[in-house]
Amino acid sequence: MTAVRPKWQEPPRPVTSFAKAVTVVVVLALVTVPFLVVVSTSLADPRDVVANGGWVIWPERPSLAAYREILNGGIVGRATLVSLAVTIVGTALSLTCTVLLAYALSRPGVYGGKPLMLLVLFTFLFPPGIIPAYLVVKETGLLNAYAALIAPVLVNTFNLVVMRGFFQSLPSELYEAARLDGASEWKMLWRITIPLSRAVLAVIGLFYAVSYWNSWFHALLYLDDPAKWPLQLVLRTYVLAGGQLADPSAGEAGLMSAPQTVQMAVVVLATIPIVLVYPFLQRFFVRGVLAGAIKT
Amino acid sequence: MVKEVPSTKARRWRRDRILLAFVLPGLLYYLVFQYGAMFGSSLAFLDYVPFLGLKDSRWVGLDNFERLLGDADFWRATLNTVEISLLQLVFFFPAPLALAMLLHSIMHVRIKRFVQSVVYLPHFISWVIVVALFHQMLGATGVLNGLLADGGLHTVQILGNPDAFKPMLVAQVIWKDTGWGTIIFLAALMQVDEQLYEASAIDGAGPWRRFWHVTLPGIRTVVVLLLVLRLGEILSVGFEQILLQRDSVGAKAGEIIDTFVYYRGVQAGDFGYAAAAGLFKGVVGAILVYAANKISHRLGESGVYQ
Repeated sequence: MTAVRPKWQEPPRPVTSFAKAVTVVVVLALVTVPFLVVVSTSLADPRDVVANGGWVIWPERPSLAAYREILNGGIVGRATLVSLAVTIVGTALSLTCTVLLAYALSRPGVYGGKPLMLLVLFTFLFPPGIIPAYLVVKETGLLNAYAALIAPVLVNTFNLVVMRGFFQSLPSELYEAARLDGASEWKMLWRITIPLSRAVLAVIGLFYAVSYWNSWFHALLYLDDPAKWPLQLVLRTYVLAGGQLADPSAGEAGLMSAPQTVQMAVVVLATIPIVLVYPFLQRFFVRGVLAGAIKT
Repeated sequence: MVKEVPSTKARRWRRDRILLAFVLPGLLYYLVFQYGAMFGSSLAFLDYVPFLGLKDSRWVGLDNFERLLGDADFWRATLNTVEISLLQLVFFFPAPLALAMLLHSIMHVRIKRFVQSVVYLPHFISWVIVVALFHQMLGATGVLNGLLADGGLHTVQILGNPDAFKPMLVAQVIWKDTGWGTIIFLAALMQVDEQLYEASAIDGAGPWRRFWHVTLPGIRTVVVLLLVLRLGEILSVGFEQILLQRDSVGAKAGEIIDTFVYYRGVQAGDFGYAAAAGLFKGVVGAILVYAANKISHRLGESGVYQ
């Protein structure tokens, strides 16, 4: 699996190769060691963690006690379900709306296409501020509703522009042929555009899913009731409890005393879905990201 | 065979009627949540009382902005924002380029792919988790201080230390997004013409001279474009990242414009004033982004806006 070194390139000197290898190993360690420490600490015996000053690099006596504790019907289990539901519903809605809008805007000569595109692009220049966004959510009656976590971020303009750019790059002969056969726009979208755009749809779906899963600020802003909080916001409380960050507004007494193993178990829980879907979507990244990002 | 010409009016209307239906949900979103919010920015000109609402709150003109211009807290937040942005520009911006060159030079395809998979991952990790990881590694009871104490050395206070706060933020961004940032530079590196390398090597240019005379000119346009676009966003630094950690160092070191808006508006209930600060940032930001795009067009590149 080694690419052939071009003939003109001089063979690498041992010093260079060594320095390169060391750098690669250091980079890999910088990324992976924090995860390793967190996973190990979550699996360790709480007494070992305390004895070692708050962390272990390897669990000597591994146990799942911390995970049993957080998933035992408490706030974390509930928050996980909220996060999963918001992520699944939100991603489905966002992807649907983005595909429909991108498709319509990608068809040449659609009525109102140009002003609509300007309307969309202008929001790039002037994204809504925190206070006006809050005001809109309040006025639309979405305060304290789960919908407040989805509706205000339903379509991401960057994703929309990338998707439209990709749709436009599909060969127009396909559409012309389909139209001669009497296919409707709906059929063309379903039979031509979507099957040819799997990579882009996968990447943009991933972007949406990740942003829903990782979101916590909207919940903080729009949901007063901690029982409705998603996992990341609950985790924020753990982070605050674990570190020296003090925020009087986030005083969940029950969590403050949680042992380090339990806190780290929540961190792992909040990371797992990302790590699970990651390998499946990774092969689409480069194609999807570069599809419409910057045309040179 | 051709029953209808595709461009007849009846045909076009039939086609567009369906397309306009496709547009509806998205359009509704843009009108309500984007343009509604833009309209809601008029809050900045009101002495807004939530109980009275937009219509009945008192119109105060530019009072909020006048107050803003004389508010030392606001200017400190602005200064912090720009400082953090510039630190990121100097220390974070070149990092993906350097890593991309390292990746590009790895000949072994499987190793290269593996390293790429690992370094892209942190981009997808939420800020809450990133901050938690940094606590576990660098906090008072974290790995670094544990090792220092075991070795009989002085422990260091990195987190919660106002002096270390800004470099800390940059370090977190480097950890999270360097790998992801390599994608675009790798694409640029791969587009450099192989024959140029060959020709210069035959002419006797070593690796450094090839880097200087072939690689750099080849990727210059992408680098300049990204740099210009980044400059356009100088007032936007990671809001979530900083909101999570601002309280650990206090407002003096940790306040940025966005957190200023959040604390004044949502926490203190001074909505009109906070909206004025947000609008100020929005307008200056829009001008900067627009200018950045104009400049990138001047440089012969197509920016985000065609």
